[in-house]
Amino acid sequence: MNAVLLGATRGMGRALARLLVARGDALCLLGRDPAELERSARDLQVRGALAAPPPAFPCDLARPETFAPALDAAAESLGRLDVVVVTAADFAVQTVLESDPDRARALATVDFANTVGFCEHARQILLSAGGGTLCVFSSVAGDRARSSVVLYGAAKAGLSAYLEGLDHRYHRQGLRTVCVKPGFVRTGMTAGLDPPPFAGDPDRVARRVARAIDRGRPVVYAPAVWRWVMLVVRHLPRAVMRLR
Amino acid sequence: MRSDAATVAGWGRVSAPGREVRSDDLVRLTDGAVLSRGLGRSYGDSSLPPPAVREVAGTALADRVLAFDPATGRLRAEAGLSLHALTGMLLPRGWFVPVTPGTAFVTLGGMVAADVHGKNHHVDGCFGAHVEALRLRVADGRIVDCTPERDGDLFRATVGGMGLTGHILEVAFRMQRVPSAWIESESVRAAGIDVLLAELERSSAAWPFTVAWADGVAGGARLGRGIVHRGRWAEPGEAPAGAPAPPRPVRVPCDLPGRTLNRTTVGLFNAALYRRHGRSGRREVQSPYRFFYPLDRLADWNRLYGRRGLTQHQCVLPPERGPAAVRDLLELLARRRACVCLCVIKNCGNEGAGTLSFPRRGTSVAIDLPIDDGTQALVDALNERVIDLGGRIYLAKDAFTRAEHFRAMEPRLDCWTAVRRRWDPELRLRSAQSVRILGDPA
Ligand SMILES: Cc1cc2nc3c(=O)[nH]c(=O)nc-3n(C[C@H](O)[C@H](O)[C@H](O)COP(=O)(O)OP(=O)(O)OC[C@H]3O[C@@H](n4cnc5c(N)ncnc54)[C@H](O)[C@@H]3O)c2cc1C
Ligand SMILES: NC(=O)c1ccc[n+]([C@@H]2O[C@H](COP(=O)([O-])OP(=O)(O)OC[C@H]3O[C@@H](n4cnc5c(N)ncnc54)[C@H](OP(=O)(O)O)[C@@H]3O)[C@@H](O)[C@H]2O)c1
Repeated sequence: MNAVLLGATRGMGRALARLLVARGDALCLLGRDPAELERSARDLQVRGALAAPPPAFPCDLARPETFAPALDAAAESLGRLDVVVVTAADFAVQTVLESDPDRARALATVDFANTVGFCEHARQILLSAGGGTLCVFSSVAGDRARSSVVLYGAAKAGLSAYLEGLDHRYHRQGLRTVCVKPGFVRTGMTAGLDPPPFAGDPDRVARRVARAIDRGRPVVYAPAVWRWVMLVVRHLPRAVMRLR
Repeated sequence: MRSDAATVAGWGRVSAPGREVRSDDLVRLTDGAVLSRGLGRSYGDSSLPPPAVREVAGTALADRVLAFDPATGRLRAEAGLSLHALTGMLLPRGWFVPVTPGTAFVTLGGMVAADVHGKNHHVDGCFGAHVEALRLRVADGRIVDCTPERDGDLFRATVGGMGLTGHILEVAFRMQRVPSAWIESESVRAAGIDVLLAELERSSAAWPFTVAWADGVAGGARLGRGIVHRGRWAEPGEAPAGAPAPPRPVRVPCDLPGRTLNRTTVGLFNAALYRRHGRSGRREVQSPYRFFYPLDRLADWNRLYGRRGLTQHQCVLPPERGPAAVRDLLELLARRRACVCLCVIKNCGNEGAGTLSFPRRGTSVAIDLPIDDGTQALVDALNERVIDLGGRIYLAKDAFTRAEHFRAMEPRLDCWTAVRRRWDPELRLRSAQSVRILGDPA
């Protein structure tokens, strides 16, 4: 299959791209930093034993004007798009965002409004070709609001709701949405935090997500145990959530 | 969300207060950092921050391959790439690293910083001999590309320099073509240390990979009895098609009580191992994972040693005094009734270019010891003997050697220090080990 990835230079996106290239999928990378894109493309070239690095185009979630050109270039270079994956996002804990309103606005914009904007372009391209899969990384933080990640969680909650709505609206027309809800995964994004129990590794998340993409599963928790963890957390009384 | 009581530990579980900060961006991560660490497979305190510093830069997320030329085997990668990942990627295509240590859970940066050696040291030298270029972040913040020719002093001081001359960001080296993905191996039993060493020497004349396991607790006539393992890459006709899958490691679920490993239990285990091998030689085609990394099949095997952990004492003894030197060391261990849980003997080839690299021509003896109240005195005694015998120790395994002992073993230290000081006059880059052994400021 042909897959475009936004955010494959690091973390879970990097792991997923490696898995896909190793099994023979054709990839195209989108990202904000040309130097990072080039290094990741060369990594994928070696891992996939490709004659040339996968194509890469600039696309910055903070700059909506880059979305359409990037996705068009990707579609043109791959010929046809089967899957669009978005792992890119910004992250910061609430204490940081409360002391920096500009950063807070930027995070809300990137993680919700602009991610949705990017997905709208992707949706149109996929639907105009008869369908395809839109796989977007949200978070368990969107399942239940938590005092340590209020804004990030709110943005992810909005994103999860958007993806569910897309599924309801366009499933019959051939659009498959996969909303990935990672629990805590050891990547650069979480490197400053102490890992809780059930922390996951990017490679295992990638295997789970690839299977969800292949099967068109609308929601996937990764690592899997977080589905049950969140079932409990969603039902915790408000008084308990206020404790921290 | 950060706990204040965090500690960082080496493989032997010796720890220091502080935490490992990981990032996939080594350029940003190493800016201002005093030490990098890879997968923490050095046994002692080489990868731990000095006492006054609470953070060490963890490289393991920086694992991209930046170039690989299937015509020449030249490879360039970020320093956090693990040997395990690299082998999984390139062994099926007929390539293997030119030198591998006894575990695959190490990073390229760690392999360079310790200038690791393997079972083929007698023919292929250390890993550093196959490295063509390094990209470093040096103490003043600059990023320097060095090779044996360009800033060669820095290159040679970094190979085996235990991370003290610069943060390794990228490593370029040559992979080796292998005729198959399997190892043709043989093993023979030896009833005592003299036969074992003779057999090891004889094997090394004909085989690229050799190593000996010795029973470290058997005494008397059985002193140093053991098994010599030798191997070479199998030719395509001798081997199964395709490459073996890496084994799924079995986890040790919890720390065993501290006294589980003692001279009695280890003695029983060793005797069983020795007897099971049988008198006659064994031959088999086996997976390189089993041949090179027998301990990797048990993840977290350091937990077998309990909470206090273990240390390894590895020294190399020069050839002048012959097998008597090795016997001497084993007798000292027997006399002190040391609990030698593992004893690995290997004959080394010539010294390489690394200014402070461990191996030199002679015999390397590595012993694993559970840490207890007597460990310091035992290591002191071993080191005094090593000094008498004209040998030296391997920093990547060490947690107990005293500064004065190290100095007595290392006439090369001044030369290495001169280069280090030229690139880092204020000694910004340092580790718990360099404070202990080199007297760096805490
Ligand atoms: C079971 C087992 C078997 C082993 N067998 C062998 C063997 O046969 N031969 C052998 O030579 N060694 C052997 N070792 C030791 C091991 O190969 C070395 O300690 C190696 O350095 C570990 O690599 P690491 O990535 O875990 O590095 P760490 O343990 O994390 O670090 C080791 C040293 O390298 C430095 N370092 C790491 N990365 C960087 C970087 N990017 N830039 C600058 N400095 C860096 C650290 O500061 C530290 O001084 C063995 C270890 C184990 C646990
Ligand atoms: N890690 C976790 O525990 C966890 C938990 C729940 C949810 N998630 C979600 O899972 C996804 C992946 O997380 P991760 O841990 O893999 O993250 P990561 O390691 O930080 O990687 C983030 C990726 O997004 C890219 N990116 C960031 N901002 C961008 C922008 N403005 N424009 C374009 N690309 C941008 C980065 O590219 P650069 O190379 O340019 O920086 C990088 O490739 C995210 O959506 C995250 O919110 C993660």
